[in-house]
Amino acid sequence: MPATAESGLPAPPLHERQRAFADAILNPALAAPAGLLGPDGVASAHRFGVYRNNVVMGLIHLLEDKFPAVLRLVGTPFFQAMAQAFVLSCPPQSPILLQYGGQFPDFIARFTPARELPYLADVARIEQAYLEAYHAEDADALDPSAFLAIAPQDFDRLHLQLHPSVQVLSCTGPALRIWQMNVGDEPLQPVDLGEAQCVLVSRPEALVELREIQGSSEVFISSLLDQASVVTALQRALAADPEFDLSANLAGLLEAQCIVGFGFAPPDVKRNDP
Amino acid sequence: MIAPMHAPLQEVAAAQLPTRAGVGLKPAHYAAIIENEPEIGFFEVHAENYMGAGGPPHRNLTYIRERYALSLHGVGLSIGADRPLDRAHLSRLHQLILRYQPASFSEHLAWSTHDGGFFNDLLPLPYHGATLRRVCAHIDEVQDRLGCRMLLENPSTYLRFAESTWSETDFITEIVRRTHCGLLLDVNNVHVSATNQQTDARAYIAAFPLAHVAEIHLAGHNLEADELGRPLLIDTHDRAVDAAVWHLYGEVIERTGAVATLIERDADIPSWDVLFAEACQAEAIMADHAKRGARHARHG
Repeated sequence: MPATAESGLPAPPLHERQRAFADAILNPALAAPAGLLGPDGVASAHRFGVYRNNVVMGLIHLLEDKFPAVLRLVGTPFFQAMAQAFVLSCPPQSPILLQYGGQFPDFIARFTPARELPYLADVARIEQAYLEAYHAEDADALDPSAFLAIAPQDFDRLHLQLHPSVQVLSCTGPALRIWQMNVGDEPLQPVDLGEAQCVLVSRPEALVELREIQGSSEVFISSLLDQASVVTALQRALAADPEFDLSANLAGLLEAQCIVGFGFAPPDVKRNDP
Repeated sequence: MIAPMHAPLQEVAAAQLPTRAGVGLKPAHYAAIIENEPEIGFFEVHAENYMGAGGPPHRNLTYIRERYALSLHGVGLSIGADRPLDRAHLSRLHQLILRYQPASFSEHLAWSTHDGGFFNDLLPLPYHGATLRRVCAHIDEVQDRLGCRMLLENPSTYLRFAESTWSETDFITEIVRRTHCGLLLDVNNVHVSATNQQTDARAYIAAFPLAHVAEIHLAGHNLEADELGRPLLIDTHDRAVDAAVWHLYGEVIERTGAVATLIERDADIPSWDVLFAEACQAEAIMADHAKRGARHARHG
């Protein structure tokens, strides 16, 4: 049966109580809300701090799990300070914590104390793309023989549907090499920071695959991801590199099981067909 | 004819977990489970961890679900928040229930949503008339939308609200009376909260509406102290179940008989064999009770 409140006062509205609780969790400078009691009826800031710590440290540990190469590159104290600044400014917007941390790479790029490591944000982008590929929708790769059905006159209207896990990244430094060396895939060795790497990320089956690709291939695949036709993507890739090899790139995408379908866009009305 | 306040709830397929021990399913154990197909009552997953579009989590859960009963445990619905439930999140839960046909769906007596987004923690509620009405309205909405009875879990708490007018056990009893939900009794949470408030865990169990308990949780905790040196247990789920919690669990089973019992572990995940051994320990306690019950029946 309900009794009289210990405080003897009417209960403050729940939404006010929860707003004050939430504000104090995200702002360590705020005192714990009043009326939160320990066993002897005495208010306890330390007990409130358990909730604050669960939220903030919980998210920091989540980011440590999601960005292991970034963690290894900067060490735990630096990572935790950087992650705490991120957590307090960008708390989760969704109960699906699988998606939390998508803005962390951009945050790292703006994080002044990390400016001495220009590759750090790109390594974080690789780790984020890895996780997105891991959880991406499943799809069956196209059997290469399906291409035989495409009539030559239809080729200029051809659009490719890439696997939902496919992403390409254009890094300003050797971020893939640095990532591989810091997740234990490659032994540590000197890198040339002037080497800009492009990366293809995909997960055709159970395993996420990362491949280094040419800059023109990055242009080609990102055009396909933007719904451009193969011909348009080819034109953009050739503008980036006149040596771009279309058949080698298509064969590479097929072999990597990155193509799941194709279709034909409506004919371009401005074109003067014979 | 007067319509009943609550239409009979449509139950999900096989709407009850086996009265055996289960373990929280962790990605680190997918391979061991698929390879060995251990003899275990059920697996439980956090619903939000299977809200990705595809990939290995769904492949593995599909395979495991084909062989085991499943408990779907939500951590993001924020039933205690003084704001509308997230309808999109309810729809995602509904999709998961349709896809995986779990034997049970459970959520917490807690809140986690706020103006700025979502907290990755289960925050405590004051217990008074306004919160009671709010929680019951949310549980009604969840059960209507999901088309099944849900189980509500008692929280672990580090403090209490001065404005509370109900004890936690009375509050939960009244929720069950109004919503017809079932209960998930977390015995570790009982021990943690009772230690933190220096109340009697046995009195809590005695006052708890045990007839409605359809699942039990067991987990590990960490001992700290507050600024006045009073013991403060933290519900960490990062170690083996404590001896005091095993003892309290045995007393609960004496009262309830066998109940689906989950070993929860969310951090410092040990090898599969270690968790499986804890599940076997829970089954042994249930089997021991059943054996003594049978002897009682023969001689009694």
